[in-house]
Amino acid sequence: MSVETVGAGEWLAVAQRAVALATSAGASEAEALVSADDAQLTRFANSEIHQNVAESSASCNLRFVVGKRVGVASSGRTDDEGLRLLVERAGAIARVVEELPDWAGLPLSGGRIGDLPAAFSAATATASPERRAEGARAVIAAADEAGVTAYGSFSTSTERLAVANSHGVEAAGERTSSQLITVSMGPDGGTGYAEAAAVDVTTIDAAALGREAAAKARATANARPLEAGDYPVVLEEHAVVDLMDMLGYLGFSALAVQEERSFVEIGKRIASDLVTVTDDGSDPAGLPMAFDYEGVAKERVPLLERGVCAGIVYDTQTAARDGVRSTGHGLPAPNPYGPFPLNMIMEAGRTPRDELIAGIGRGLLVTRFHYTNPVHPKLGIVTGMTRDGTFLVEDGRIVAPVRNLRFTQSYPGALAGVSGVSRERRTLRGFLGGVVVPALRIDAFTFTGTTEH
Amino acid sequence: MRDLTSQALDTATTRGATYADVRIVRRLEESISVKSGRVEGVASGESEGFGVRVLVDGAWGFASSHSLDTAEIDRVAGEAVRIARASATALRRPVVLDDRPAAHGTFMTPVMEDPFEVPLEEKIGDLLKADEAMNRVAGIAYTESLYGAQRESKAFAASDGSYTEQTITHVGAGIEANAVDGDEMQRRSWPDNGGGWQGAGYEYIRSLDLVGHAEAYAEEAVALLSAPQLAPGRRTIVLDPSQLYMQIHESCGHPSELDRVYGTEASYAGTSFLTTDRLDEGFRYGSDFITIVADATAAGGMGTFGWDDEGVAAQAVPLVKEGIFSGYLSSRETAPRIGRRSGGAMRADGWNRIPLIRMTNINLLPVPGMSLDDIVADTDDGIYLAQCRSWSIDDRRLNFQFATEVGYEIKGGKKGRLIKNPTYTGITYELWRSCDAVGDASSYRMLGTPNCGKGEPGQVGHIGHAVSGARFRDVQVGVLK
Repeated sequence: MSVETVGAGEWLAVAQRAVALATSAGASEAEALVSADDAQLTRFANSEIHQNVAESSASCNLRFVVGKRVGVASSGRTDDEGLRLLVERAGAIARVVEELPDWAGLPLSGGRIGDLPAAFSAATATASPERRAEGARAVIAAADEAGVTAYGSFSTSTERLAVANSHGVEAAGERTSSQLITVSMGPDGGTGYAEAAAVDVTTIDAAALGREAAAKARATANARPLEAGDYPVVLEEHAVVDLMDMLGYLGFSALAVQEERSFVEIGKRIASDLVTVTDDGSDPAGLPMAFDYEGVAKERVPLLERGVCAGIVYDTQTAARDGVRSTGHGLPAPNPYGPFPLNMIMEAGRTPRDELIAGIGRGLLVTRFHYTNPVHPKLGIVTGMTRDGTFLVEDGRIVAPVRNLRFTQSYPGALAGVSGVSRERRTLRGFLGGVVVPALRIDAFTFTGTTEH
Repeated sequence: MRDLTSQALDTATTRGATYADVRIVRRLEESISVKSGRVEGVASGESEGFGVRVLVDGAWGFASSHSLDTAEIDRVAGEAVRIARASATALRRPVVLDDRPAAHGTFMTPVMEDPFEVPLEEKIGDLLKADEAMNRVAGIAYTESLYGAQRESKAFAASDGSYTEQTITHVGAGIEANAVDGDEMQRRSWPDNGGGWQGAGYEYIRSLDLVGHAEAYAEEAVALLSAPQLAPGRRTIVLDPSQLYMQIHESCGHPSELDRVYGTEASYAGTSFLTTDRLDEGFRYGSDFITIVADATAAGGMGTFGWDDEGVAAQAVPLVKEGIFSGYLSSRETAPRIGRRSGGAMRADGWNRIPLIRMTNINLLPVPGMSLDDIVADTDDGIYLAQCRSWSIDDRRLNFQFATEVGYEIKGGKKGRLIKNPTYTGITYELWRSCDAVGDASSYRMLGTPNCGKGEPGQVGHIGHAVSGARFRDVQVGVLK
């Protein structure tokens, strides 16, 4: 079966066949998640294309339930014989595993869920290797013009997702995404970054991104060392994405709260009242998703409302533990990480991005973070490096590029210090989904080390 | 199998490829996770497909599919050629591959007890026993135990006549005890955060003795809650193998990847401070105690194979010899640029990914003379650090910061009280130059990680690291206020 010619509805039929086979084989409940992707990525470095790939993949992930015993198996085969073997494997597991005492059951049907029109672009689904090469050449041309070298990638993908279960859940959708990222490197050690993500590839302006990264690479030439310490900062959107990812990973998952490893308490203020964050799979500004990997419709969940913890996201199992309903944030089974907010949207502010530095006496403008990792998860303390554009700001003006710095900082603490939010936002790709974020001014950010570039 | 690989190569070369290779890969996976006595997930995965890589006009193209029928093989081989032609529209340096003898043969990971044949009930039972032992300790908030196995069977064929078949098996397991008190959360894991992994069979899992370690590790997690925090300062540190392997991974393995040096990972993971001029000048990477080898032939390593994914035979490549930087992890495309032949480090994450330069088994060789215990006994005042908890390093692999699960104060040559939330930081070559002792073979063991990320689209690599432990002087420790 060729992925390119089969739509999400037909993959739903595959999922339903798997469920029917499982129930015939003795499952008291069964769920099939079918995922079929066409993904392409053109990569460039040293101002030439050096890697260029495409894949067509399909897989079926089956939950086979016997009472409170759950077996999970997956297979790349979606033909009848492949599904039969898959049911055998999942059933064999379900019959020998221990019971889950608090098994909540598979989700119940809330009616068929279909495509979200804003999630799909025909232009992205049919984007050719020549179209991606054209984008790469546009970035390279911008770099050439600025006398710098271009690196990056331009990707397009179509994801067809279908979920069916024995309680009548039917969800099927087709969505697309595209992303262009680029790093420019200049002759005097300068580097710059630009990125965009979108449902519709034609909205990505490759030449503009190339110019943005190239200009920053020129501006960061001959960066000077700066001592570590506490500085006020402006974080551009590329850096703010990391705050969102870590908050989602460490804090706003119901499982993290249930296991007492989250810093989130509903009603507790952890951020400035300028900070409002919602998880919203239907917002066309992001990379929309209509339903989660359990086939549950995604709800709009306020996470932070004017700095106060307002909600957490649930899948079916964690929701049952708290006596609430799933918010539609389940990941594919088996999932030890719990639910995850995949569509975090931060509310825009009123300050033009370029004016965020105006209020800073002596501080830093940071383009993006690199290789971040929690140091103290419960407190949300994270370490990482700055990268591809770090600047010293004095008296509200950029005065010089500086070498990269290591930070070790509580992310909730950073959000508590937000004193400015840009009115512009960017759509970017986060850890697992799409995020929409503004730039932020933060009154104090702790830098703990330096490096040589 | 050979019919399919021949068809892919014929189609690719007929359509204009000057070089082509194809891999047909079947991967089996099994995982078990137990959380606080609850068998959270038992899963079995199977994935099969093929990928065709071609050179046309000096440019690369790659296409892949899960569907192994003949029409799809022709479509995918043709698509790879089309993609390569698109690549050629933005090409400045046509690809030139080094010569290598055509590869022929078979390889199989030595396995004494096939992990896929051990009854599932027995594997679940082994984890539950260990999990139960951890939960007997008062003060434990939650526990996690995991098991995993992966078997990859792959056929590789290239247009130069190469054809190999390999079956590679990796297994891993581990336990984690977590204690929480207010804002403080402490974890101890055995044998490693995310489990200990090797290229082996279930005999390796039995050797870990998860049950035997469970209670002591859980007790230590609870004890850490009330332990003092490591104060900032400059100290002598002794790194246990469970931490030292991650130091090697991040600060030697990644910067030694020659594709990073040439910028081909610049937009994602970054570049490297180990530029080729430093190879020419004999850059002092570390002290005389430091000899690091990339050894794809090492027993038990997850970076052990017969041939890499472009048909280059497994070999041992010195990266650092007695402190002097001396070699790279390389490929057929990159090695000729430094006047060498491929070191056989091209590895792909399954059928749908291209091979990239990846670590194999990056091993810090033991130094005869002092055991790890002798090194502790020889340390008047220091901190012994074990088990990586957090890691971060800059985009040229210079400034690093690690946190470990546990520290032990060393006073007068003896390990003493527990220290919580330990961290250390520095510049890569300054740390390695400060090393004044490496343990002998008595503590040398094969560790590794099954979660090494690289590339776009993302690839996950299984990497081996054999280490014995080492001491470093005058290192900045402690970052939390």
